[in-house]
Amino acid sequence: MCQDLFVQKPRREMYWDGKVSEIKKKIQSIFPGGAWNPLYDTSHLPPERSDVVIVGGGVLGLSVAYWLKRLEKQQGAIRVLVVERDHTYARASTVLSVGGIRQQFSLPQNVQLSLFSAEFLRNINEYLAVVDDPPLDLQFNPSGYLLLASEEGAAIMERNVKMQRQEGAKVCLMSPEQLQKKFPWINTEGVALASYGLENEGWFDPWCLLQGLRRKLQSMGVLFCQGEVTRFISSSSHMETASGEQLTLKRIHEVHVKMDHSQEFQPVECAIVVNAAGAWSGQIAELAGVGNGPPGTMQGTKLPVEPRKRYVYLWHCPQGPGLEAPLVADSSGAYFRREGLGNNYLGSCSPTEEEEPDPGNLEVDYDFFQEKVWPRLAQRVPAFETLKVRSAWAGYYDYNTFDQNGVVGPHPLVINMYFATGFSGHGLQQAPAVGRAVAEMVLEGHFQTINLSPFLFSRFYFGEKAQEHCIL
Amino acid sequence: MSLFRLHNPSKMAAPRASLRLVAPVWNRGTSGIRGLSKAVDPEGSQKKGRTLLQFLTDHFYDVEAVREYLLRKQVLKVQKKNRSFTYIKERYGPYVAGAYFVLKQGGAVKFRDREWMRANEQGLSSLEFRKLQEVPVEAVDASGCAINYQGLDNLLALKELQSLSLRRCPHVDDWCLGRLYQLADSLQELSLAGCPRISERGLACLHHLQNLRRLDISDLPAVSNPGLTQILVEEMLPHCEVLGADWAQGLKVGPEEQSRDAASSPIPAWPSAPPHQARSLPGCAERPTAHPSGSVWLTQLGGSGWGEGRRA
Repeated sequence: MCQDLFVQKPRREMYWDGKVSEIKKKIQSIFPGGAWNPLYDTSHLPPERSDVVIVGGGVLGLSVAYWLKRLEKQQGAIRVLVVERDHTYARASTVLSVGGIRQQFSLPQNVQLSLFSAEFLRNINEYLAVVDDPPLDLQFNPSGYLLLASEEGAAIMERNVKMQRQEGAKVCLMSPEQLQKKFPWINTEGVALASYGLENEGWFDPWCLLQGLRRKLQSMGVLFCQGEVTRFISSSSHMETASGEQLTLKRIHEVHVKMDHSQEFQPVECAIVVNAAGAWSGQIAELAGVGNGPPGTMQGTKLPVEPRKRYVYLWHCPQGPGLEAPLVADSSGAYFRREGLGNNYLGSCSPTEEEEPDPGNLEVDYDFFQEKVWPRLAQRVPAFETLKVRSAWAGYYDYNTFDQNGVVGPHPLVINMYFATGFSGHGLQQAPAVGRAVAEMVLEGHFQTINLSPFLFSRFYFGEKAQEHCIL
Repeated sequence: MSLFRLHNPSKMAAPRASLRLVAPVWNRGTSGIRGLSKAVDPEGSQKKGRTLLQFLTDHFYDVEAVREYLLRKQVLKVQKKNRSFTYIKERYGPYVAGAYFVLKQGGAVKFRDREWMRANEQGLSSLEFRKLQEVPVEAVDASGCAINYQGLDNLLALKELQSLSLRRCPHVDDWCLGRLYQLADSLQELSLAGCPRISERGLACLHHLQNLRRLDISDLPAVSNPGLTQILVEEMLPHCEVLGADWAQGLKVGPEEQSRDAASSPIPAWPSAPPHQARSLPGCAERPTAHPSGSVWLTQLGGSGWGEGRRA
């Protein structure tokens, strides 16, 4: 017996020992009373492998899926799986959005994204046509955006409008007198300059866009799954850069998708993961290991996207602005637009950093309207002094705390995770163009139509802000 | 044809759920304006027995591909009709290019101090409009033409256009109306009657057209509340006469009005080509005898003009 303790079995035998015990367990479970049940129904589970897994089934995720299938070299070449936690979209930012689209941004890339998205929405029945299905009606209101600037903001607005016109947006500047003449219901006190979008701006129904994308994706063969991503299985490799710095590159191999209301999960082998989880992208990025490292290094740079709650109020004002009213955004941050034909209006105001509500739930705070939104609206449009709030709701912004602009493209260290998130309130209006950009990045390796290199992840480490000033 | 019968689980499993807010205007099998005006229940049309073609499309990829190809070809056909004629524009100027575009689509054009022109059997070369490089186009009648958003470029270059008729154009939608502000300086008459894709949201951007004096927005099937929309449009354009919903629609017609209605045409005739010259603009109270040559509708009703029709 002492001899047995000192003699190690050769590795080959140890391997076979493990295998034999596994086989014995399996044989035992086949017999009646055992737990082996190979023929159970797995139709609710996602497939075991997929080329691209898109985390998040909102408008950005679906847009990436659409362009991946549209730009693939051969029909059926890429297998795409869209994982969405909640198929009712109860908390998704897409369907709770006010639905506006504008080109009045301060960065040229944002203007280009928005212009292409307007063209996509205009020709939506050519892009998303499905045989035998009725055409989509986006309920688009081409009424435009009217941005008002005070004395301090007038010079910036003029510069922005010049840049927007260069990119091809149809925006015009108006003086307070012209403004008063065109929209007599505005009180132009304190307004130094206004910019008015004449074409390709307005608002539409985001639910219709979402359903249209889903329908088209189902016809293109994209797989949908209702489940939550709980884990990424990845492998690391240590590399050294040309300057001798040590790096750990990660590659995600499997995505664990957990089913609703159960502990069952399916490991999906994948080649590429796209993070389009909206307000929860930060959590998904943490799961993938983004930000696990000493602060101040690329490894330690987290994805700075967090959920921020925003309210939207619907009120009725019998003497309010007429049919010609655009979406008016005041310099104080309050905005409103018409809703329907019955003198109902939608609007809100972005809270300041100190007033940020708790994003834990989607409860509406009506005091915020009383104290912050209504005085600003009534000051700008005197007719709004008499109004009655009908209803309100709250939704999340996938707020990028770094510079309030989107994050697009691959992560430098987790090499097969691509981001399409962080758009801080203008994600819906840029979704078609961003989807195309991410698909180009995945398929070709670089941006082809619109150059979104200022929106890559690496800017968080290098500190290069692509600041967007016109946030509503 | 060898058909690959492939099991397509996603298509079979997913029910053909209709979308929530679909303007029920593109139903196959409608003909003319009256057909488009009928409100159609999208659910009903799907339950009513799927055709053999739809059944085959659900089960065979080949049939689906062929049908998608045919659909795309239709779209390309419309796009081809609406391409821009840059050569003609450079050589002959914007007026001739715009006129050529309208005539090629089957519409009619009126240059200043000239008669209405329409493409006839001999084609466009018989018309001598190429000589009219400097003469601005005053009126365009593009009824029933396949003009879309791109094609509107050619019309928007006609900076002195006074009268535009886009009746029954199947591809003119709310996006196109958002471009009409470029004609705000000169446009005085606009007709959008019978366009299946225009809704009250597109009508909201007509407020730029402050020189507009006559606007026809009758018989728009996609407008949800024609009466209320007309009121709001009238408030938006105070100097303009808006011809919209027929106020007597749905009310019981008395005997004397019945005979009058029988005599009048169901759709009030716009002063369109070919027979008429451009009219001077009517004010609300002017009697029709003041007009140089009344329209068909006015003569039939024996002198009752705009005002009568609206009070009825």
